[in-house]
Amino acid sequence: MSLRVIRAGVLDTIQDLGRYGFQYHGINPGGAMDHFAAQTANMLVGNSVGEAVIELHFPASIFLFQQEAMIALAGADFSAAINGEDISIDQPLIVAKNSILQFQEWKEGSRCYLAVKEKLAVQKWLNSYSTNLKAGCGGFNGRSLQKDDVISFAEKHDYSNFLKTKDSIALPWKADIIWNEGRVERIFVLPGNEWGQLTEESKKRFSNESFVIGSLADRMGYRLQTCLLAEHGDELVSSPVSFGTIQLLANGELIILMADHQTTGGYPRIGHVATAHLPLLAQKHPGDKIQFQIAHAEEAEKIFFKQQQHLLQLQNACKFRLEEFFNALN
Amino acid sequence: MATKGSYNIFFIGDGVATVDFGNLVNEEINKRVIALFNYLSHHPLEGMIEAIPAYSSLAVYFDMNSIRKKLSLNRKISEWIKERLDELMQNDFADSGSEQHVVRVPVCYEEEFGIDLPKIAEEKSISIPEIIQLHSSKMYRVYMLGFLPGFPYMGEVEEKLVVPRKTQPEPVLAGSVGITGKQTGIYPLNSPGGWQIVGRTPLKMFDKNKNEPCLLNAGDYVAFYPITKNEFESYQGWGA
Repeated sequence: MSLRVIRAGVLDTIQDLGRYGFQYHGINPGGAMDHFAAQTANMLVGNSVGEAVIELHFPASIFLFQQEAMIALAGADFSAAINGEDISIDQPLIVAKNSILQFQEWKEGSRCYLAVKEKLAVQKWLNSYSTNLKAGCGGFNGRSLQKDDVISFAEKHDYSNFLKTKDSIALPWKADIIWNEGRVERIFVLPGNEWGQLTEESKKRFSNESFVIGSLADRMGYRLQTCLLAEHGDELVSSPVSFGTIQLLANGELIILMADHQTTGGYPRIGHVATAHLPLLAQKHPGDKIQFQIAHAEEAEKIFFKQQQHLLQLQNACKFRLEEFFNALN
Repeated sequence: MATKGSYNIFFIGDGVATVDFGNLVNEEINKRVIALFNYLSHHPLEGMIEAIPAYSSLAVYFDMNSIRKKLSLNRKISEWIKERLDELMQNDFADSGSEQHVVRVPVCYEEEFGIDLPKIAEEKSISIPEIIQLHSSKMYRVYMLGFLPGFPYMGEVEEKLVVPRKTQPEPVLAGSVGITGKQTGIYPLNSPGGWQIVGRTPLKMFDKNKNEPCLLNAGDYVAFYPITKNEFESYQGWGA
């Protein structure tokens, strides 16, 4: 009983919230690029936030459900459809056996997360479901999903009374994904240890200009098309970096390290993206413009907990709704 | 004593702080880093997720949610983290990590594996046997692991063997032993790499099926010893 890949997408991998505790061995945390969306998808189906999800890039895989299941999509909008009929993201959905899930057209964002209430039966490697593509470990055989891969489910639920003859039914609630008042216009950045190496002019440009994400933008990092100048500083010996570290390359370009970053780096760290704004960045793609705002640790913490509070409320609301739903079903 | 000397604390993200002992490749400084790392492995700080040692610095990841729960709302987490790290640095780590763990690593320096040997010999005007002798006669400290799972940054290579990084990364096979600057390293996986390759070890530096998948730890010492191609091939029988 399972999910079958009937056409492979460009880069669809199993992820969770990351593999921590092994960076001392050079094994990076990896994990979902957009933690907010990955958690949202899991919450919508009542899973714990660290359950395995499939991270989809466009063009995404086409899946066949070989068992009925409760699913949710969150993050990017790739115009998902079940048997050709449009479905919404951020909403739990029950799909019948033999349904086909496909993603018809790119609309918004970069990464979409598929969570399944029946749970993807994949093995953890070093305490995490995340796929480490470099090491070929974790997730589904340590690689991205390929045609004819079959991912088993760990659980089975009977939705037949509810589905009757329908292919799919959306449950009547949606996740509110606005966690901050209004839209976030600028990405908060904490100044890094080598921020002071930038010339005064370049510091101003960092805060005032918008930067175009270049064509080299993937799970490892985003190159930004720019040329910032630094005073000549001492060459750095390699030291730890993190998801969101902004490094200044020798040619003046910036690179923002993303989920699959190396554990250490030797370029000047001019800043670090606030954790709460990483999901926003994770949904950008080449050609998008972004603008930074230098922020204090206090502001980064404030928005982080605001986001956490929102997720907690969402989790509670989903749990309550699902309990009601399952009680009615039985 | 390991606690003496200055350090700096700075953040590399909200919830991730680095203790920096100075931007240097230096055995004594690295010993302080490893002593601190070993101490933290046995005495983790409250809310700590993990610690990562590097050449002359160590980063500590914290779980912001668990720290928030125990702090009053007006306390800044970054301040709390800095206080805990300053407190930690008052400890004496002299006893942590003083044991010297030596790993003997066989290397086949035949040109089939040490693909950059002829070029190095020409550029440095030394013979290939001399390169092999120089590379395998020293004991190297594993300063840190990074770049790839289980990739050891080791030093220091003899002055006569100091070569620059390649201008463009090239495909490198797992087990390849490389040098650049005063560093030597071993590629645990097939990967693009820019270090000049002098040989290959039949040892598995990374084995995903082991609980501890990486053979080396920061703070270990590595002694390379030359083996023939025959020995390399027979080693693979049980080493693979």
